[in-house]
Amino acid sequence: MPQDTLRSRIAQAGDCVWEIPPDARRGMLVPARIYASEALLAQMDQGVFEQVTNVACLPGIERAALCMPDGHWGYGFPIGGVAAFDAASGVISPGGIGFDINCGMRLIRTGLTEEEVRPRLRDLISALFQAVPSGVGARGLVRLSEPEFERVMLEGAGWCVGHGYGWSEDLDHMEGRGCLRGADPAAVSPRALARGMDQLGTLGSGNHYLELQVVGPEGLHDPASARVLGVEQPGQVLVMLHCGSRGFGHQIGTDYLRLFDDVMPRYGLAVRDRELACAPFRSKEGQAYFGAMTAAANTAFANRQVITHRVREVFAKVFETDPGELGLSVIYDVCHNTAKLERHAVEGGTRELVVHRKGATRAFGPGAPDVPDAYREVGQPVIIGGSMETGSALLVGTTRAMAETWGSTAHGAGRTMSRGQAKRQVRGEALIKQMEERGIIVRAASKSGVAEEAGFAYKDLGSVVDVLDRLDISRRVATLTPIGNIKG
Amino acid sequence: MGRYRFLEDIALADCAIDIEGSTLDDLFETAAAALAELMVDPATVPITVDRTIALEARRLDLLFHDWLSELIFLKDRDRQVFTRAAAHVNGDGPFRLEAELQGGPIDPERTALGSDPKAVTFHQFAVEPSDAGWRARVVIDI
Repeated sequence: MPQDTLRSRIAQAGDCVWEIPPDARRGMLVPARIYASEALLAQMDQGVFEQVTNVACLPGIERAALCMPDGHWGYGFPIGGVAAFDAASGVISPGGIGFDINCGMRLIRTGLTEEEVRPRLRDLISALFQAVPSGVGARGLVRLSEPEFERVMLEGAGWCVGHGYGWSEDLDHMEGRGCLRGADPAAVSPRALARGMDQLGTLGSGNHYLELQVVGPEGLHDPASARVLGVEQPGQVLVMLHCGSRGFGHQIGTDYLRLFDDVMPRYGLAVRDRELACAPFRSKEGQAYFGAMTAAANTAFANRQVITHRVREVFAKVFETDPGELGLSVIYDVCHNTAKLERHAVEGGTRELVVHRKGATRAFGPGAPDVPDAYREVGQPVIIGGSMETGSALLVGTTRAMAETWGSTAHGAGRTMSRGQAKRQVRGEALIKQMEERGIIVRAASKSGVAEEAGFAYKDLGSVVDVLDRLDISRRVATLTPIGNIKG
Repeated sequence: MGRYRFLEDIALADCAIDIEGSTLDDLFETAAAALAELMVDPATVPITVDRTIALEARRLDLLFHDWLSELIFLKDRDRQVFTRAAAHVNGDGPFRLEAELQGGPIDPERTALGSDPKAVTFHQFAVEPSDAGWRARVVIDI
């Protein structure tokens, strides 16, 4: 169906809520619902509407196929896509998770101020760049045997803490305590193991980063909630990490996309888009993918945990102080590419659903299960990354999110131009110099990669966060401004 | 060697490539060259590694998918990039590929790094005959 025809079927269903009805396209089982301001909706690429209506055709989907305000087209699901499927009768689709399984965000607080960090910022960034391998072909610093890597698949961040990479309290401040249930190493191919085993503790490249940030002078929007999360004052320095499951997860995504492409006819399934290949969740293949995907999700938590350990080592060395005394605690760690089994209210009761979040963040509200005790009253932290020039946002989940979006919210800003276009507008070396003149120190394994990630290549994060606030699916707590960045 | 072109308007966050070859062998070799250029500046990778690979798939497009997937796999498992390839494609279903690869290790001190591919997607994926021989379109997730 021509995509402008789909756009012509979009009708407003509420403030910042738009719907494409099920009769807009043959095969739709539920509406497609897009959360956006009028301006963000107008900017959305046409592929978003094609993809979100394709998702609405998948068997077992509940209520609606959703797209968050930062939505843009991806593979299968749009980025920013959320869909929940009945666990008994619905499907699981790798396209609803993405190749980078459990790509996610971690935010670490410090007790340091910008004033204290600035004199040593260049040393810090250089040391972090040396300590955290990044870029194409990077090798991890944790050498594991196959049986040990299997333990990482099963224990996630907990394996790291048990082996000296972190503090036990870190696990209290992670989605799922850094380990999702259901990992099945037997469902992981030898190729995935071989590809990813040597990469634990590496950052990756592209839009992955390790960033030092400060709370700006006007950056505390909800000081009371911020204090609960460990963000106490303007000028406070934090560390944000964006990375995922590396080659291990990417290979699992590749393996199962190929497998599902072959097995769908066996289950009478057909999809318009090969990237939406799926299998019944309760089928042998569906369960195998869920087990392998969860194994990859756990290695991503472990990856971010090893990097956290390295961050603490570097800070300790540069400041010649114990990291505990520097207050380097994990605020939270969230996934934004997963499928999880969750109980949600559906038709007057609760049911187990397979919630796919593809470039979307869980945003459980106050009192919800799995929100850490320390945060139970304010809600689950939500960490949304912007561009390396403009900054990021810290929010909390809400009760409204549980009712409206299966407890989900946006994950980032989304690109406005291609990597090639960005590189033609600025050279990496020039951009690094410009950013340094503005007080942001950058070290990168690939200069062209820096140019690709220029701030002008991304949408305005503020406009995305405004919509989340208006919808009340996440509540703004703090705005964080970059002062240093490491990229692959 | 055939031709390849990186496409700007297909994938904002990733890399879309159109590839042309006079023969199937040429198409596969040119695709490998395009992928290598995506990952590194080929001039900064000395040729120190030779290897031979063999693949088989029931369809030609899946063989092409597996070929590029294998090169991405070797980038991660062995930290090697292959900037030259001699490919030999035969069969009529199943299709077979034997290829001699030449390349070298990714050395952070010497290699000019580009993008880090995650996977070959099926988005707008096509391998088909053309007036000039063969053409393919592939989007690489970065």
